[in-house]
Amino acid sequence: MIAVENLTKRYGDQRAVDDVSFTCEPGTVTGFLGPNGAGKSTTMRMICGLTPATSGSATVCGVPYRRLGNPGRRVGVLLDASAQHAGRTGRETLALAALTMGLDTARVPERLTRVGLDATAARRRVRAYSLGMRQRLGLAYAMIGDPAVLILDEPANGLDPEGIYWMRGLLRAFADRGGTVLLSSHLLREVEAVADRLVVIGGGRILTQGDKNAMLGEAGTVVRPADPAEFEAVLKRLDLTGTRSSDGTILVPSEPEAIARAATEAGVVLLEVRPAGAGGLEEMFLRLTSTGGNR
Amino acid sequence: MTSALALPREATGSLPLPRLTTVELRKLADTRAGFWLLLVIGLATAATSAIILGWSPDEEMTFQGFFSFGLLPSAVLLPVLGILSVTSEWSQRTALSTFTLVPARSRVVIAKIAAGVLVAIAATAATALISVVANVIGRAIGGDGSWHVDGSLIWQGLLLEVIFVLMGVAFGALLQNTPLAIVLYFALPMVWSLLGGMIKGLKPVAEWLDINVTTTPLSEVGMSSGEYARLGVSVALWVLLPLVLGSIRVLRREVS
Repeated sequence: MIAVENLTKRYGDQRAVDDVSFTCEPGTVTGFLGPNGAGKSTTMRMICGLTPATSGSATVCGVPYRRLGNPGRRVGVLLDASAQHAGRTGRETLALAALTMGLDTARVPERLTRVGLDATAARRRVRAYSLGMRQRLGLAYAMIGDPAVLILDEPANGLDPEGIYWMRGLLRAFADRGGTVLLSSHLLREVEAVADRLVVIGGGRILTQGDKNAMLGEAGTVVRPADPAEFEAVLKRLDLTGTRSSDGTILVPSEPEAIARAATEAGVVLLEVRPAGAGGLEEMFLRLTSTGGNR
Repeated sequence: MTSALALPREATGSLPLPRLTTVELRKLADTRAGFWLLLVIGLATAATSAIILGWSPDEEMTFQGFFSFGLLPSAVLLPVLGILSVTSEWSQRTALSTFTLVPARSRVVIAKIAAGVLVAIAATAATALISVVANVIGRAIGGDGSWHVDGSLIWQGLLLEVIFVLMGVAFGALLQNTPLAIVLYFALPMVWSLLGGMIKGLKPVAEWLDINVTTTPLSEVGMSSGEYARLGVSVALWVLLPLVLGSIRVLRREVS
């Protein structure tokens, strides 16, 4: 459970995070989306008590992060996979985390195997790790205390397609066991497959948030008309505005059925009519974030 | 939506200091830099004994002789370990994970200070041990081999080690940048000594504030109360002041 209320961070005149509020419920994965510099990382650092908030508050498991006695046992945090000592081995990095939390270091080898780092990788120093391996080590680090909440900033960065697939399964299983996941990304498609809820941020402000499926449903319909000019007239009658894509399709913010009926009545031939789904959401995401950035 | 869904609360007390100190001690030695630094200190300490055994006149081969000379490498190099213990958190960006696991940053600072003191104690004990071995060898090859040592020298030596390690930790906390902290740690007191030596008007001040001068009596038998007073004043300037300012900086700095 993560609750963020009216969180704001100002650096001088600049509002890096502006009045951000959202909640992450147990049993769900929340995708935290936004372009680079939107304020995702600053928000996550404020949740974890690493950056003081200018105003507003954030609680994890019902208390402010800094008042969690042994936070590693409650919240797993991965904010930057590269923020590990390059001269330490992967195994030692995890052992230090386990010791700090008061856990037996005997669990370390198994935890490394679980994230796909074998005994050879465990003995190597983090300097020699690829970004993907560092992400895996970071996930093991976040999860070694068996927390109920995970806060992950761009965890898919540097992972190969197989790794991204594996991570989705891991996070899904974690949430299905009752865990709470907050996962940030600047790539919609990365979180789309695993998230239950989406929070979209741009220019420090929340642009939209809600249930993923509802948002996907709202995304609109992709239409490929035989004659775009004729279809324009249909849209005008429906009082809708379409967005042209480079591939000749038009994204219409409406239900497929309503558009198909209107086109049939007008005698306009459509070659393709389908719910926009993720593609439409991405379209919406880009539209929202591009205006958000210019505010 | 309500806090009723929050997980059962644990005691919100902080992590125990002995555990954090153990972690900080382990962090001193588990990186390549830390490991090699400790190894070099150990070898250099053994080398001081070897130098006395090889080149000193027989009457200088005493336990006290080995011990006093043997403290030198750790007094010079252990502070670098103290500097690294703080600066590496920022240069290697481990502060992010350290302070995520221990949000009470002051406890991390205290654990680092405690680890520094423990390492200084261990270094002094190891020096004494090496001196025992060297003295046994010295006896065998015709050295004086006296076991007499003035008690004040043992714990004044320990004090010397502790002061310099903490000065390293303090400089690391204040500057939070490895090369800068190491250079200024060595250069600033040296520059101050040079100025104190060259400018006559500075001499009375230098007697109280030049840590190179005030720590010299630590390696001589039975320090006087006046010498302790001067040491205390210079330690306040070179160790306590940067330690306090550095700690405040560590507590306030935004981690990213």
